[in-house]
Amino acid sequence: MSKNVLYTSWAKHSKLWFISFQTIVTKELNRFLRIWLQTLLPPAITMSLYFLIFGSVIGDRIGEMSGINYMSYIAPGIIMMAIITNTYGNVVSSFFGAKFQRHIEEILVSPTPNIIILAGYVTGGVCRGILVGLIVTAITLFFTPLKIYSLPISISVVVLTAVLFSLLGFINGIFAKKFDDIAIVPTFVLTPLTYLGGVFYSIDLLPPFWKELSLINPVLYMVNAFRFGFLGVSDIDLMQAFAVIVTFILLMIFLCLYFMKKSFGLRA
Amino acid sequence: MNALTIESLEKIYQNGTIALKNVSLKVDDGDFFALLGPNGAGKSTLIGIISSLVTKTSGRVSIFDININESFGLARSMLGIVPQEVNFNQFETLDEILINQAGYYGIPRKEATEKSNYLLKKLKLWKQRKDISRTLSGGMKRRLMIARALIHDPKLLLLDEPTAGVDIEIRKTMWDFFKTLNSSGTTIILTTHYLEEAEHLCNRVGIIDGGSIIVDTSMTELLSKRNSESFILDCAEKYTDLPELGSASVLAIDDLRFEITVEKGTDLNGIFKELSKSGIDIKSMRNKGNRLETLFLDLTGSYE
Repeated sequence: MSKNVLYTSWAKHSKLWFISFQTIVTKELNRFLRIWLQTLLPPAITMSLYFLIFGSVIGDRIGEMSGINYMSYIAPGIIMMAIITNTYGNVVSSFFGAKFQRHIEEILVSPTPNIIILAGYVTGGVCRGILVGLIVTAITLFFTPLKIYSLPISISVVVLTAVLFSLLGFINGIFAKKFDDIAIVPTFVLTPLTYLGGVFYSIDLLPPFWKELSLINPVLYMVNAFRFGFLGVSDIDLMQAFAVIVTFILLMIFLCLYFMKKSFGLRA
Repeated sequence: MNALTIESLEKIYQNGTIALKNVSLKVDDGDFFALLGPNGAGKSTLIGIISSLVTKTSGRVSIFDININESFGLARSMLGIVPQEVNFNQFETLDEILINQAGYYGIPRKEATEKSNYLLKKLKLWKQRKDISRTLSGGMKRRLMIARALIHDPKLLLLDEPTAGVDIEIRKTMWDFFKTLNSSGTTIILTTHYLEEAEHLCNRVGIIDGGSIIVDTSMTELLSKRNSESFILDCAEKYTDLPELGSASVLAIDDLRFEITVEKGTDLNGIFKELSKSGIDIKSMRNKGNRLETLFLDLTGSYE
């Protein structure tokens, strides 16, 4: 095959992939913006309640955590909690909805490769996560002043966490057969992991056994890395946190592509 | 060149159901091919495998000599599918559905919008283009799926019962549209339960039964195999006895109607004369059934 033919073929493929990716992302953005009352408003209200109850009402009695005012201490964790639940929820509901209504077939019969389908849905989830993160951050400012210790660390942790939970949502979407299946993981896995992931406390306060056990919770690494980006304090070594997040991302990408290649839950 | 080549295709579902048994089939470029079969014969599985929505257990499928597994991108770009059931996003507008579909085939937005506008006009959906798709009538939904399947100018079009549940007027319009499409060079594979539709549109026919292809021939050749015809005769007045009519078999329906079955090419004038002699005046006469329908029932034993 001549260089020219190879180049034309590559150019053709990359054009198809780019337009296809752009289409999926635009469709995803339109979807969650169209139903903003269901996608953007609830996290704003829920997180305001967290700040009101845990920050103002209870927080004043707690005083400081790791030498920081309690309201400021929990703020990064609450923002991260909103990002995690919304990225996961966005991808799982959108992908399962497409399967349920069968319009996922529009993409499956097209030349769009699996990796572009995955990238499109994940990007959609990341966009919603970031938007919700910005909304919750703006709400946080009504309750406590926020200083950012390191913007690059904060941004990279948000993006990586959103990517990871979008991938997890995608896997849930692949295997879900009914609406119950998309609610089970957030209720019985995601919520406990988030609440026990150091959002409201430092794991230094826990007895040794529970502290050690907490270290197997991946959410702990994300919350602490994000907290470090904001406050400069963390229960976990930053490099260790990034290594855990990136490792999980690579593993989930591999699993997503494997499940799609094997057509689990997508093709009869 | 073959538009579609299927070699030794087999499909066994996870629950053990054998849907396709060693199916081999060739559809020539430019054909209008009818894929017929009773319910559960394997038609939808076959269409599903060609369109990559069902995985095959073994065998090979090629579209214009491109293996669908080895070069899936190229193979799929030549294929358009109109599925049996509605499978578009019910919350999107018609033009969103078409433009998004074009995007999955790498068609830039500007070009996609022009194509979408053309197809919406062509399929008489222009007025509804900004409507949410779930508000469309059944016939409109079918036409929308046809427009969607054509957005990337496929060379091979799969129509899986495209006129099911559509009124006769729209069905005829759709037939004209398919005929024009086929004469402009698009190869079409049609599955339908309306056998007069297949007879009217298709030049070739394949019949699948129990997961195997039992007939693969031209429509003319298949119809020529039919060597007897049945007619329903309506009498002007009530009759009491029916006469012997030579080689024709006679079956009473009620005291005003009866059915005759004759060898193909039998002179019907002789039969009318015999009836007239017996004092039976015939008011009107019609074919008992569609020719293809009768053959289909004979071949698949669906009437048993």
